[in-house]
This record gives sequence, structure tokens and C-alpha cells, in this order.
Amino acid sequence: MAIGKGPEVVTTYDAKTPLMRREEVIADPLARLERMMEIRHAEQKIRELHEEGLAWGSTHSCDGQEAVAVGIAAAVAPTDHVVGAHRGHGLGLALGLTPEQLLGETLGRSVGAVEGLGGSPHLVETSVGLVFTVTLMGAGIPIAAGLALAAEVQGSGRVAVAVFGDGSVNIGAFHEGLNLASLWKLPAVFVIENNHYGEFSRYDRTTAVEPLARRAEAYDLPWELVDGQDVDAVIAAVGAAVERARVGEGPTLLELRTYRYFGHSRSDRAPYRPEGELEAWRARDPIRILGERLEAVGMVDADALAEIDERCRERIEAAAAHALASPVADPGAMFRHVYPEPNR
Amino acid sequence: MARLRMNQAIGAALADAMAEDPTVVVFGEDVAAAGGVFKTSVGLLERFGPERVRDTPISEMAIVGTAVGAAMGGLRPVAEIMFADFFGVALDQVVTQGALVHYLTRGAVTVPMVIRSSVGAGRGFAATHSRTVEEWFLSAPGLKLVEVSGARTAYGLLRAAVREEGPVVVLEPRALYGTREEFEPGDDAVIPLGVAEVRREGADATVVAVGQTVGIASEAIERLDASIELIDLLTLRPWDVETVLASVARTGRLALVEEHPFTGGWGPEVASRVGQELFGELTSPILRITAPDVPVPFTRDLEFRYLPTAEYVAAQLGRWLETDTLPSPWWERIGEEV
Repeated sequence: MAIGKGPEVVTTYDAKTPLMRREEVIADPLARLERMMEIRHAEQKIRELHEEGLAWGSTHSCDGQEAVAVGIAAAVAPTDHVVGAHRGHGLGLALGLTPEQLLGETLGRSVGAVEGLGGSPHLVETSVGLVFTVTLMGAGIPIAAGLALAAEVQGSGRVAVAVFGDGSVNIGAFHEGLNLASLWKLPAVFVIENNHYGEFSRYDRTTAVEPLARRAEAYDLPWELVDGQDVDAVIAAVGAAVERARVGEGPTLLELRTYRYFGHSRSDRAPYRPEGELEAWRARDPIRILGERLEAVGMVDADALAEIDERCRERIEAAAAHALASPVADPGAMFRHVYPEPNR
Repeated sequence: MARLRMNQAIGAALADAMAEDPTVVVFGEDVAAAGGVFKTSVGLLERFGPERVRDTPISEMAIVGTAVGAAMGGLRPVAEIMFADFFGVALDQVVTQGALVHYLTRGAVTVPMVIRSSVGAGRGFAATHSRTVEEWFLSAPGLKLVEVSGARTAYGLLRAAVREEGPVVVLEPRALYGTREEFEPGDDAVIPLGVAEVRREGADATVVAVGQTVGIASEAIERLDASIELIDLLTLRPWDVETVLASVARTGRLALVEEHPFTGGWGPEVASRVGQELFGELTSPILRITAPDVPVPFTRDLEFRYLPTAEYVAAQLGRWLETDTLPSPWWERIGEEV
């Protein structure tokens, strides 16, 4: 078996496993709202930890993009395979990763998703299908094609999903991977999470095609431009693409239009943004959109929203405290898993 | 016993691996319908069908990336990169993705993939289709690297590589595809990775060679009146330190016959390790017989000047054994009486 169990999963605030967390997100709109709030709190906490000098290295926050992560997690089965990308805190939590796994990895502690040896851009949790996270642009696209090939040859019924940013659509792996996946009609879904900026450059200054998903026509693939601030729109589009893949109709290219509230990485204050752009996008905040929708149908009121938000804050605080109190991996850890053990 | 050309031995290894394990799939440029440009996969499509034997577009990044994903997903892909020089456009997927998946998933995910590729000069393919590029993979933790030296080792190492749980790059000197060797294919012919072979025993010096220089070195040694041990390294990462050190400890002399340019490659790695471990026991300086630090020239006379030939290797070994000093390489003697 090429995909097995990873390091032990720790939860402190509640006893929910990654799979339980994922099943909630799939089943319950309120759980989706809660998970989006949890992601927002996690990103805020990670920035604080860096500002306080408690975290090391770089980090990439996804505030503003929560509906993309949670929508994908709700539309994809936990038995499907997802390959994420470097701005992946939200996708990780949405797919089921516990806050302890994220905060632990961010802080380089052994409780982290990959024992603190990968860092926050390398989140993995195989029990919910997050099988790898790539940090080189577009690298996950042919890898997802390969996972889809395995699913097809084995007849497993699985779908492979690659999630990558707008900065990944101009590299060879994107074109080569899409062409091959289309040619072989593989059960794959390719999701462009267009947050408007590849590092410091706006996507329309680096890409000759608008919208980006129109690239699909070159490979005879169906495509859709989706409002990435509306979790229900994301679920509908990703869900339809997953269904097409699962019944043998081949891959789909989706562009989920969203916005990155903060800079590319910790040191980037994003001075390149046009005036008013951030404010315009904040007016379409994905958490507020879903909150208002659930309020309108009577599923929550203002008090309930405040209560959920407070619960998320506490869960993230508990996870951060647990991670900070946890040990760093021993030096022997860096020598483990460089090569697999022979099994025959 | 079968008397097979090296390309036939590779095809036999692929067929036996596919028959042994239904998760083995083969893909690459023109490997299915055409049976490979070097005829290394003839008949596989007919025998195992289009689901398991596939032609790909000319997309090296997608070929290797798809192999990485397919291996993660539970298959054992054997992908082909037609000329190893083409790894340049796919290196990310080999050394930065495939080789690191197991480490970055803390052992949860394995990548049992094999990437085969043809290497080397001597066929008139010129500068961009003739390198051996071992150095691209030597410094990649998580990866194993082997280089075959004939039909028997091609069969045995490829079978072993397919059974590995992690990624393996298999380099095949294309000058040897048409050369024949007699051996019995099957489980007993599998050659474990990481183990060098002593091809001939000797007492006065140890010569280590890889790929097509094994045959060249062997021919050179036969021209000399000396007792020389010849080691075929076979696996370059991890290489068999123990066998080489034991031999040199006995002979007191080490020469390396390398197809790649003087700078970089597997030769400096072996030389430095032996120099470190056996400093006081060496009776001569370590001799490296390599290609010069230039691109591979096209025109036939110069291509075979570039490659260490048996005649040149014999001359260098002879001078070295006679004087216990290093003979200068031919390119430092251009214009002089040789």
C-alpha cells in the first residue's frame, strides 16, 4: 500500500479526529461556518506567533480564502486524494487536519502534521486524503494526474484533486499535466485558487488569458469560473466536477476567484495593491457571506455566531499552547523516512 | 540460458515484472505501439494491454510527475525518459517531489517508481543527447541511482528496482543496447541494489568503472601485463563503499574509469571516500581517467577522443602502474608527441 498512516494525530480542545472533523464539514453548513472561522483565527494566531518571535521561518496566510478551502473539503470525499499547495493552512484544516497538527507544524514541533520536519507549507494527513502538499508551482498537477491514473487502473472509484494558485498556470507542469489528464480522460479535478497575486504580481499582469480557466479549452476540458467567496458556489462547482470525474467523464478545470487579505509571506506588506482593492474584497468576506445566509434562514443568530467564533478562538489558543509546550523532534528524526523500509 | 541483446533483456525484465505484479505499469514516449525508440519495450502493449502500457506526449515533466502520483496511488510505474539529457525539464519531479514524498509525509506515503533512461556518448547523438548526467541524481536524498553495464545487469537491476519501495533512476548506456550477453532471466538473475560486482580479481590495482566504461576498462586491462581488479559499481547511490574499500585496502591502488567530464560525477565521490579512508595505505595517487570538461563533440573522431577508449585507458593505467605517478590526461598533451 503506497498510502498509509502518518504520525500520531493530537487533539486537545476536543476529541475529534481529522475524519470526524471532515465529516462535519461535509454534512453541516454550520460546521462549515465554524471551520471558516477557525481558519481565520488560526491565521491570526500564526501571525501573532511570528510577531512574538515564537515561530521560525516563513509562512503563507490565506485569510479571505476560507470558502475555497472549506468548499473543496465539503465537495470531495475523504477517500479521494488531494494534493495541496504552499498556501495550505486553510485547506489542511478544512480537510480535517487538527489545529494542533497545523500549529505544531508551524512551530516546528513533533506534534505537527509532519513532525515539524516539513514546516507549515508541507501539511499532510492521509486519513482524510491530503496525501501531499507541493511548494513548487504546478508540481501537484501531474502528480494528481498520476494519482488519478492509479485510481483508474485499480478501479478504485477515487478522484484526484490538485489545488494550486493563479501563479501556477504559466509553468510547464500545468500544461503538460492538463494535456495528459485530458488525453487519458483521468478522474481528476484541477482547481485554480485565484487569489489575484502570484507573489507580488497581479495575475492579469503575468497571464495572457482571462479568465485563467479558459486555458482548459486548449486541452478540450470543461471549465468554470466560480465565486470563491461563496462556499455554496464552491461546493456546487467542485461537487459537479468530482461527479464528472467519478463517472468517467474526465477532468475539469475550475477557477475559484478569491482574494488574499495579507501579503505573499510573512515579510510582505503588499504595497503593490491598488488603493481600495482590499477593502472591496473585504466587503465580500466569505465568513460574513455564509453567516448572513445562515442567519437569514434562521439557523443562527448573532449570539450563536459570537459563540461559534469564541469557540474557534479557544480551540486555536489551546492548540497553540499545546504546540508551544511540545518538544522539538529529536535529531534522529531527520534520518528517518529518507528511504522507505523494504517490504519484500 | 538466453543470449539477449541489452534492449531485449530490458524488455524481458519489464515483461517479467509486469507478469509478477499487476500493479506494474509502463509509460513513456513511443514505448507502447512502437516498443520504444531503442526497442526496450517490444511486445508489452500486445501482451499487457493499453491500460498498463501507454504512449505519452512529449512531456517529460508530466511523465515523471504522473509516475510520482501513480506510485503514491498504489501502482509501480516504470516510466521512460528517452534520453537522460531530457531529465533537465523534469528534474523537479524526480529530485524535489518524488524523492522527498516519503520524507515529507513522515513515512505515510511511498513512491515505488522507476524512471529508466538511456545515457552516454558513442552513437553520434551530439552534445544534447549524449551525456550521462549521473551528477544530477547523486546529491538527491531519497533517490536511488543505478547504471547498468550490459544485458545481464540491465535485467537484474531493473527487476530489483521495480521491487524497491522508493524511487529509483536506472541509467542505460545506449551504446550497449545492441550488445549481447548470455544469462538466465528469472528471479535468480535479480541483482540487489547497492552491491557492486567484482568483474575480475587482481592484486596490483583496483579499477572501478560504471556503465559502458566497465567493458572499456575490461578491454584495457586485458592489454596490460598486470594483475588488476575490476569493480563494476552498478549502484551509484547508495554505492558499495565496503567492496571498494576492501579491494583497495588489498591492492593499494585505485583508478576510476569515468565516462563523464572530469568535474562532478560519481568518480570524485569514490575517489574522495577512498582517499579519506585509506590515506596511509595507498601506494600511488588515485588515478581518474575521465572525459574532458567539454560538451560531447559530434564528429566521430572527436566523439571517440572525448570518450575514454580502451587504448587510452590502457596507456594511462600502464604509465601509472609503471611510475606510481599520475599521467596527465590527453587534453593536456594536445600538440605534444603522445
